[in-house]
Amino acid sequence: MSWTRISALALRYTLLYKRSVPRMIELFFWPTMDLLVWGYVTLYLQRLYATAQSPSAGMGAITFLLGAMIFWDILYRAQQGVTLSFLEDVWTRNLLNVFVAPIRIEEFILATYLVGIVRIGVTLVALIGLAWLLYQFNLLAMGFALIPLFINLLLMGWAMGMITTGLIMRWGQAVEALAWGVPFLVQPLAAVFYPVDVLPRWVQPISHALPATHVFEGMRQVLAGGPFPTAHLLWAFGLNVAYLVLAAWWFRRMYERARDKGLLAKLGTQ
Amino acid sequence: MSEPVVEVKHLRKEFDGTVAVADVSFCVGRGEIVGLLGPNGAGKTTTLQVLLGLTTHTSGTVRMFGKELRSHRVEILQRCNFSSAYAALPTNLRVWENLRLFARLYGVRDSAAKLGFLLELFEIKHLKDKVTGHLSAGESTRVNLCKALCNDPELLLLDEPTASLDPDIADKVRRILRQIQREKGISMIYTSHNMREVEAVCDRVVFLHKGMVIAEGKPQQIIDRFQRSSLEEVFITVARSGDVLDGSGTNTG
Ligand SMILES: Nc1ncnc2c1ncn2[C@@H]1O[C@H](COP(=O)(O)OP(=O)(O)OP(=O)(O)O)[C@@H](O)[C@H]1O
Ligand SMILES: [Mg+2]
Repeated sequence: MSWTRISALALRYTLLYKRSVPRMIELFFWPTMDLLVWGYVTLYLQRLYATAQSPSAGMGAITFLLGAMIFWDILYRAQQGVTLSFLEDVWTRNLLNVFVAPIRIEEFILATYLVGIVRIGVTLVALIGLAWLLYQFNLLAMGFALIPLFINLLLMGWAMGMITTGLIMRWGQAVEALAWGVPFLVQPLAAVFYPVDVLPRWVQPISHALPATHVFEGMRQVLAGGPFPTAHLLWAFGLNVAYLVLAAWWFRRMYERARDKGLLAKLGTQ
Repeated sequence: MSEPVVEVKHLRKEFDGTVAVADVSFCVGRGEIVGLLGPNGAGKTTTLQVLLGLTTHTSGTVRMFGKELRSHRVEILQRCNFSSAYAALPTNLRVWENLRLFARLYGVRDSAAKLGFLLELFEIKHLKDKVTGHLSAGESTRVNLCKALCNDPELLLLDEPTASLDPDIADKVRRILRQIQREKGISMIYTSHNMREVEAVCDRVVFLHKGMVIAEGKPQQIIDRFQRSSLEEVFITVARSGDVLDGSGTNTG
């Protein structure tokens, strides 16, 4: 054992952080996002506990958590389907070969959408099955409302995927962490594990501007035995259309910028 | 000569103030192999990237198959293909999966037969089921070339295609490219730093230096014009004194 060698190695790995903003941000980003999400979950549970008339009231919240977990995964997989497909070509230095093939950028995007659907399909079957086996939680009992809720998560996932892919296209592998970071930046705001009104009042409008928020509110409404969440779904869908148009515009712009700066070739070969 | 396959006029490409290609004009005729030569940083790769639609040009016109590149990119790319020592096929797929994938992207009919023939041609049939990432550099270069020929391209763009091949295989590859060009009348644009190879393969060369064409013609013509004994000597002369020579060797052919 040599202290010199150990410290030399330790130095080599910490020096990385000195010059890399993404690495520094990562050091704070993930723990902070986790803290926010679990902090608000705690607030929500405390509130439930304080206002509960009977011990069984807490059970509702637990069901919400399980449902939210599974719903969240749809959003996440849809986004990853788009972004990781692109990154896959970057990592394997294949981007060049794909982009010199006679493909339109729209075709590329649609293909990544399909990948998202496949990823979701596999994950959903596994999660729904496990939740039922282990916790006797039957998500399918939510009935028909599941379908429009899922579709809206899918749409928002695609929009987020295009935005993150655009960022990576333009700023390269330095911002690769955004592929995983953006969804988790959205998570505390999208009221995934707790209702919007747990959030501070000034954050609530931001939260309501996200399609996912309305999906999760709708999910909680259905899980609590409420009526079909028409208003939530209309909001989610309207916002999703706006987000998709915006994301498509952004993605195309970043693609044109990348072509102008010769970044497609650079990303594909470095 | 019939209408050129590639017609580049006053091509210019700037990257945020860096001039990668200053003013380049050249043509490639049907069935012609044109070598793009020049020192590191001369603008060869950038020129190829513009022709492939990977990079948009700042000014000038690029026409391929008689069509403007900007407005007919997909249509043009359908009739081209590309191979580079620096671009890989997905490393985590098997060779055969990769080739099938690209054949599909190019809309190749009867791709199994076509790809089988190409694997045979490049003597790599035995690698069919190997994971692409496990191939040696020379093996993957040949797989890349199979991909580059899968759609029977009318124009093949090759960026240092033989960079990692051993002399024996490099020679075979050159002969195959020559043979395909003769049989099918494919046009090619070829960059290479191996001057003997360029002399052996290219019908005509375009010499770039600092983003400008400083000489153009048949390899032998250029050797004669610069009064040297080989293209390699011409290259060294040009690379070391490109500014001085500017104009002296241009457009006399
Ligand atoms: N995406 C880019 N952004 C900024 N500058 C670039 C970019 N691509 C190329 N350049 C610059 O443009 C010039 C031409 O580069 P290019 O790659 O075309 O040269 P080349 O002739 O292919 O050289 P080599 O023989 O080394 O492959 C170089 O000075 C290079 O630094
Ligand atoms: Mg080059």
